[in-house]
Parts: sequence; structure tokens; C-alpha cells
Amino acid sequence: MTATIEPQTGAIGRPIKRKEDARLLTGKTNWVDNIQLPGTLYVHYVRSSVAHARIVRVDTTAAKAADGVVAVYTGADFPEQAGSTCVWPVTDDIKMSHYPAICTDKVLYAGDVVAVVVATDKYLAADAGDLVDVDLEPLPAVVDMEEALKDGAPLVHEGFGTNHCYTATMPCGDYAAAKAKADVVVKRRFINQRLIPNTMEPRAVVAAPSVGMADEIAVWTSTQIPHVLRVVLALLTGVPENNIRVIAPDVGGGFGVKLQIYREEVLGLLLAKKLGRPVKWVETRSEHMVASHHGRDQIQDIEIAATSDGTILGVDVKLLADMGAYLQIITPGTPLLGMFMYSGIYKMEALNFECTGVYTNKTPTDAYRGAGRPEATFAIERIVDELAAELGMEPMELRKKNWIKHEEFPYTQIAGLTYDTGNYEAATARAMELFGYDELRAEQKARRESGDKVQLGLGISTFTEMCGLAPSRTLGALKYAAGGWEHCTIRALPTGKIELITGTSPHGQGHETAWSQIASDIIGVPVEDIEVVHGDTGRAPLGMDTYGSRSLAVGGQAIKVAGERLVEKAKLIAAHQLEVSPDDIEFKEGVYSVKGDPEKHKTLGEISWAAFAAHNVPDGVEPTLSGEATVDPQDFSYPHGTHLAAMEVDTETGKVTLRKYVAVDDCGVQVNPLIVEGQVHGGLAQGIAQALYEGALYDADGNLLTGSMGDYLLPSAADLPSFITDRTVTPSTTHPLGTKGIGEAGAIASTPAIINGIVDALRPLGVNDVFMPASPQNVWRAIQAAQGGAA
Amino acid sequence: MTHIDVTVDGITRHGDVEPRRLLVHWLREDLGLVGTTVGCDTSNCGACTVLVDGRSVKSCNMLAVQADGHEITTIQGLADGDEWHPVQKAFKECHGLQCGYCTPGMVMASVDLLSENPDPTEEEIRNGLEGNLCRCTGYHNIVKAVATAAAEMKGASA
Repeated sequence: MTATIEPQTGAIGRPIKRKEDARLLTGKTNWVDNIQLPGTLYVHYVRSSVAHARIVRVDTTAAKAADGVVAVYTGADFPEQAGSTCVWPVTDDIKMSHYPAICTDKVLYAGDVVAVVVATDKYLAADAGDLVDVDLEPLPAVVDMEEALKDGAPLVHEGFGTNHCYTATMPCGDYAAAKAKADVVVKRRFINQRLIPNTMEPRAVVAAPSVGMADEIAVWTSTQIPHVLRVVLALLTGVPENNIRVIAPDVGGGFGVKLQIYREEVLGLLLAKKLGRPVKWVETRSEHMVASHHGRDQIQDIEIAATSDGTILGVDVKLLADMGAYLQIITPGTPLLGMFMYSGIYKMEALNFECTGVYTNKTPTDAYRGAGRPEATFAIERIVDELAAELGMEPMELRKKNWIKHEEFPYTQIAGLTYDTGNYEAATARAMELFGYDELRAEQKARRESGDKVQLGLGISTFTEMCGLAPSRTLGALKYAAGGWEHCTIRALPTGKIELITGTSPHGQGHETAWSQIASDIIGVPVEDIEVVHGDTGRAPLGMDTYGSRSLAVGGQAIKVAGERLVEKAKLIAAHQLEVSPDDIEFKEGVYSVKGDPEKHKTLGEISWAAFAAHNVPDGVEPTLSGEATVDPQDFSYPHGTHLAAMEVDTETGKVTLRKYVAVDDCGVQVNPLIVEGQVHGGLAQGIAQALYEGALYDADGNLLTGSMGDYLLPSAADLPSFITDRTVTPSTTHPLGTKGIGEAGAIASTPAIINGIVDALRPLGVNDVFMPASPQNVWRAIQAAQGGAA
Repeated sequence: MTHIDVTVDGITRHGDVEPRRLLVHWLREDLGLVGTTVGCDTSNCGACTVLVDGRSVKSCNMLAVQADGHEITTIQGLADGDEWHPVQKAFKECHGLQCGYCTPGMVMASVDLLSENPDPTEEEIRNGLEGNLCRCTGYHNIVKAVATAAAEMKGASA
């Protein structure tokens, strides 16, 4: 069912300008790098310049003698200390690496840490870092995944005797039987290249003994996961959890790269404890390129089987997923987050999935915007286009023939997920209208016939994704260590102001505004009277943090329930004071009045003071007024949409121009359409950038060739167009707010739309794939290869 | 150490700095003006953009000693008291920021762009902001904000 958008009377649904902006636009911000505590020492990490080597000697003599240096540490000072850990051992026989805080015997990627300098000044710390004499005996590096799996390949972790990390399989239905019935089978190999997330704020850590608290260490860090980090820091260091406070203040972007446990966080805590002084480290951008985890990096072999009338029978997927040198928080699980999504929005009788994780001498990979789902969506949306070409069908017609119809929801798809709601017909119709689909097809035909050197392609992506991580029992069944609940406490303070304490931890998403809107409608208080508290385990002790488009889908439910509990309690107190039964109390817009006698009423402010003074609360009702909820989601929810890209390709030079991009998304109920729109734009930019611009490149020795912003092409305003966007609204039925996620949708949907458009433009030349990023060079090579020329 | 006198956000500041000290570090760490951010180490991202004598400069790409005798405006000195600059207002109005980390530089670069070209086309805005990277917004609403500010400033001066 697709609801028409009703005019909103409450706060939910209004495009309210963000509360956050006042501080962000005037420089009154609180980034970790702004924290300047008295007596701070500065930390500088000495990193390996080579990908794979035995550590012969690390001589710190000169560095220790340098101006301003307080201490220099090597692996010998922190033996056995882990710097990160993996909480998702995806199979029983997975080979789990030990990620040292500081390397002791070997370095396993360029950027691995061999020493730590602590000095009184940032510049002096860096100067002394240059004086650390590191003697490395280089070993052959293993860079390519297929080479890594061959006998005799150099070993990343010698103890495992192999670079094979794990193989996970998920056979759904009988693919062999499906294939046997097929008239057409299309097979392709797609390379989903390695990306470097590049939040605009680099990571940063300040750790300090808390003032006035004998044993507590506070860790300010630019993270998405303060709560998870606190638990893991305790587990890794032995510092008692109740002596660790983690604070994520203003965080400048996340995109998954700050969903991590990093050695700089572990060592920050340990150094502050050891030295008894504040320590500070701020990542440089070039450091980010090697020291913060990367995303994607899969080789995808995908096969699709169909009948001649275009009915899809099944899909077979074999992945090689590059783990990099170590497993971090969910490194092996990241490709598996896409496991269930390789059937996309299509009905089929079989889906065969296999993923092999491989160790290489490269920076570890982990979640990056979409985490597994962009890769899955890319593969299925690309192969469906290839199938259409093979069958001679119009690609949108093939999709329409196979997708789940709106009247078939809820629909249990081949991988066992139950898609709650969706209306692919409505989103597609709207997208095609905005795009001018038929007109562009006509133009394409004309250009083909005239032999125009600039050809036009129509790129389609009709996608869905799973968001709202996640029912805790589901996570348990998948061997993930933790749960997927979320917490909210809403406190009515004695003076009538509201404090909304959330376990989500935003980094640009506007939770302070959107959460206020939800609470405003439920407890009847103006948006501006609600203060949202987040990202500090001292003030917001319970939470599962922000990733996987979960904050609204899961955290939003907690806000709703907490608000309702507060209202229920307030009713009891109001009834008692007004000397009526709670059933006789009517609650509307923050006022609790006696039914039929509205003159007799109490405001929330009066009730919260009464609850605070507690002179006259009913028997059995505890003093103070708040509502708390910890909510475990019933199920995932499934946003979807149709994205269309008009791509112009110069067949002589390979230059690609994105002429028009239409995105019609359906994320259910929108709490704040302004924020939703912004999330779509940002996702599009990152997905389009994967298709056209970005890619981490290594040489054969494991050196990162794209190690600075000068070499790794992040798009600027000049590299992207304005987008045409709209939404259909099909509320989620898995929870009462009806919302779905939107943070990752743009990044998931757009990459295949762009590449499908480029391939569609070049199809008459015999091109059926283009490597990403589709730079002029890669496009030109694809054209030359198809034409049988020297590529 | 070299002595410098610099007017920053309308106040004359004096400092003794190492010749190698970057202007942005002097602003952030010596003056405590942490509104200006640092996003890279290769002069690519533009987060640290400030105005030097009214023109946008990446403050990571200039030494503090080079600022001696000049006038600097940072994001913290852009508003007139509580009255925001039209560019600041337009960024909020158009949701031209998300995480906000690139915002100080993006706003200052936009102010300079509009001082040079009060009525830019979309293409001119996009090309004019090429030296400032944003990872959250996809630039769509930033471009919209700059166009909105241009219209607002034109209206105000008409």
C-alpha cells in the first residue's frame, strides 16, 4: 500500500530546519581536535612504509633524546596487546587474526604501526617520529586475492598456513535444477573496487584521566560507536568498563569508517592511564588513507538463469572478498550483509551464495556506506541488464516482469527475508515520468542511427535494501557477538524542559532535530524545548550506536515507547492531583485535563515539578518523571526505489558525462523530509563516485598508490550535477512509526545505475562491461577491447 | 621565533611563532579559534579556508608568518554580532550542511565567490567551489544555498 502524503499537523513530517546548524555554521563546534586539556601530550604513530616485512630492529634512542619527547614505545612495551578485534566470526572455522596494538615481529600492511612517540608538542612529536630508526626486512607481499589463494603464495599470517580466511555459503532453493530449466544463462565477473571512505573529519582521539574521578579515563574519539567501543576497550585492555567513559562529541562524518575499534583508541586509553596525563592524536589525511579501514573490494562472479520469455529462475553468486591484513570489528561479516540481497527485488526459485574471505597485505576492509548491500545491488542490477541484452528485452520491461508486485507484500523472498512493504510500480512510474524515459530512449535511438560519436545510455537501478539492524536473535543466529536493540530515556526535568537521551550516535544525520520531532508529537512539547543528549557513555549510558541505517528504524521506536511511558506516568500523577481516575484524564499537546471539564488540567511542567518534589504522588508511583525504553526490533525494514541515469559517452575519448539523474526513493514515513533529501543527495554522490571517480590502487609490492587527496579522486561540486529526487511513501509495517532507513539508499542504488547507463550507451559497440571507476581510460579500453583493438 | 601582528576577526593579535608554523595551527591552537577545521594535508579539501584581506585562502597552505600585517576573517568572525551573514543563513535554509566539518571552509569560499561574482550561474558556483570538498551533501544543497545567498544579497543591495 502506498499512502498519499497527508498534510502534517504535528512535528513529524515537517521539513524543520536543523537545530545542529546554529553551532556548525558559526564555528562553535566540538570536534575532538578542538579539545585542548591542560598538560596534554601529543601522540605520533610511526608506521611501516612497506606492506610486508619482518621487524629486525626498532631503535628509539635518538627519538627519546629529542626535544620535547616524553616517551617512545614499541611493540615490546605492549606485548600481546590487541589494537582491534573482530566481533563477528562468521563461520566455525574462520581464521581469526590477532591485530597487535603495536607490531612486534612483522608488519602486514603499509601503514601498520611499529612505534609510538609521545611529546609535549604536535610538531615535536612528528619530528621525533622521523628519528625512530626502523629496520625492516621486506618480505614478498600478497596483494591480489586470487594470487593469495594459490599454493606457494606468500602468507600474510604464517600461523594459518594459508591466506584463506573463511568460506561462507548460503544455498537457497535448488540452483542446479533452476539452471537446468533455463533457456538463457548469463555469467559475468564484476570487480567491486576498493574504496577509501574519507570522512571530511579525520579520526582523532583524546584520552585523559577524568578530573575528580580517581580511576576513570575519558576517551573522546571521532566514532560512530561510543557504547560498543566502551565495552570492547574494557575487553581488550582489562581496564574495568566502569572506569571508561567514551565520548563522541561532534563527529564529522562516519560512512562506516568510524564504526570500528582502532588501535589509536586502545593505545590512547592505555597511554593516558600509563602517563597519568591527557594524550591527543589527530589523524592526518594521508594517514587516513592507510590507517582507517577501507570499503568494498570484492570480485563478484555472478550467473543468472532465465527462460526465454524473461522469467528469472535463479542466481548463483561466488564472491572473493578482500579482508586486508587483519580482521577488524566486522571485516568478515561485511560482504555477508549483502548475502540476502543478491535476489534484489525479484522473484526467483533459487539463490546460491558463496563468499570466500582472503587475507592480503593491505589495509583492512570493513563497513563503508551500505556495507555489503551496495555490492549485492550492483551485481544483481548489472546482471539483470546483461540478461535483458541477451534476451533482447527492454531492461525495465524485464524488471517489471520479475519484481514483486505491490499486492504481494509482505513477501518472503528466496533468501528467507520477509519484505514488509513496497511499491516498485509506483516508484518506477514516478521516476520514469521525471526522467522522460521514453523521450530519452527515442534520443538514444536517433543517436545510434546517426552514428553520433557521443552515445546516450539509460542506466536503471531498481533496488531494495535491508536496514534497521537488527533483531538481536537474528544477529545471534548469524554469530554476531552483540545485539541490535536501541535505548531511549525521556526525562521531564523539574523546570519543564525535556532531556531526550538516545543510544544512537549521529555524525551528520541531524538526530537532534529529528528525534525532537518524534518526541514532540508524543509528549506534546515544542521541538525547541527538547534537548537531545547522545554520544557520551557518561550521560547516555545505554545504546547500540549508529550504522546500517538503524538509528531511526530502531532508535525511533525506542523514542516512541519511552515517550508513551512518560505520558502514562504523567497521567497517573495528574489524575491523582486532580482527584479523578486516570481513565478520566485526556492528554493532548502536553496538557492533561479532566474529560468533559478541561478547565481542570495539569501541564507537563506542573506534573514534572510535582513528580520531582514528590510531596503528593499516588501510592505505588515512584518520584520523578521519565519514560525509558529499550527496544529490540521485530524485523528489518526494506526501503526501495528506482534510480535512473542518463549517461553520455564520447566513444572516441571514453569521456563520460552524467547528464541527468533521477532518484525516487521510498523510505516509508519521513520524519523530516529536508533531512531525508540531504541523505539521498549524499548517498548518491558517494555511489556515483564509486562508479566514476574513486578507487584505491596498490602496486605489486603493496604500496598504496592513491595515498593522498591528491591521488584519490573525491568528487568536487564541479564533478557532479544537481539531482532530481522524489519520494513515494509506503510505510513500514514492522514497527509503529512506519519509517525505514535512508542513509545508505543513495549509495546502494546509484553505482549500478551509472554503470548500466554507460554500458547501455556502448552496447552497440559490443561493450558489456566497464571497470570502475569508469574513467575515460577505463571506458576507452572497454571500447577498444570490444572492437578487437589494442586495449 | 618570529613576531607577527595579525588582525583576526576584527581583533589585533600578536604572536611569536616558529617560521614553519601553519596559519591554521596558529589560529586553532595558539588563538583557540577552533571553528576553522583541518581536513587534509595536501591543500585539497579546503576545510580550513579563511579570508585574508577579503580573499579566500586555505589556511593550511599559508605560514603564520606570511599573515603578518594582514587581516583575517574566520567562520567565527563572519556574523555581525548575532546577525548571520546571508551565506550562513542560506546554508541553514537550504540544508547545505550535514556533519558540518567542511562547512567553515565552504562558507568562507562561498563568501569570496559571491564577492567576485554576485550573480553566478550553477556552473559558476560549482566551478568556484571546486577547491572545497564535502562528503555528506553531494553539493546539491550547497549549490542551492550559494544561489539563494546571491539572490538575497542582490535584493539587499538593490
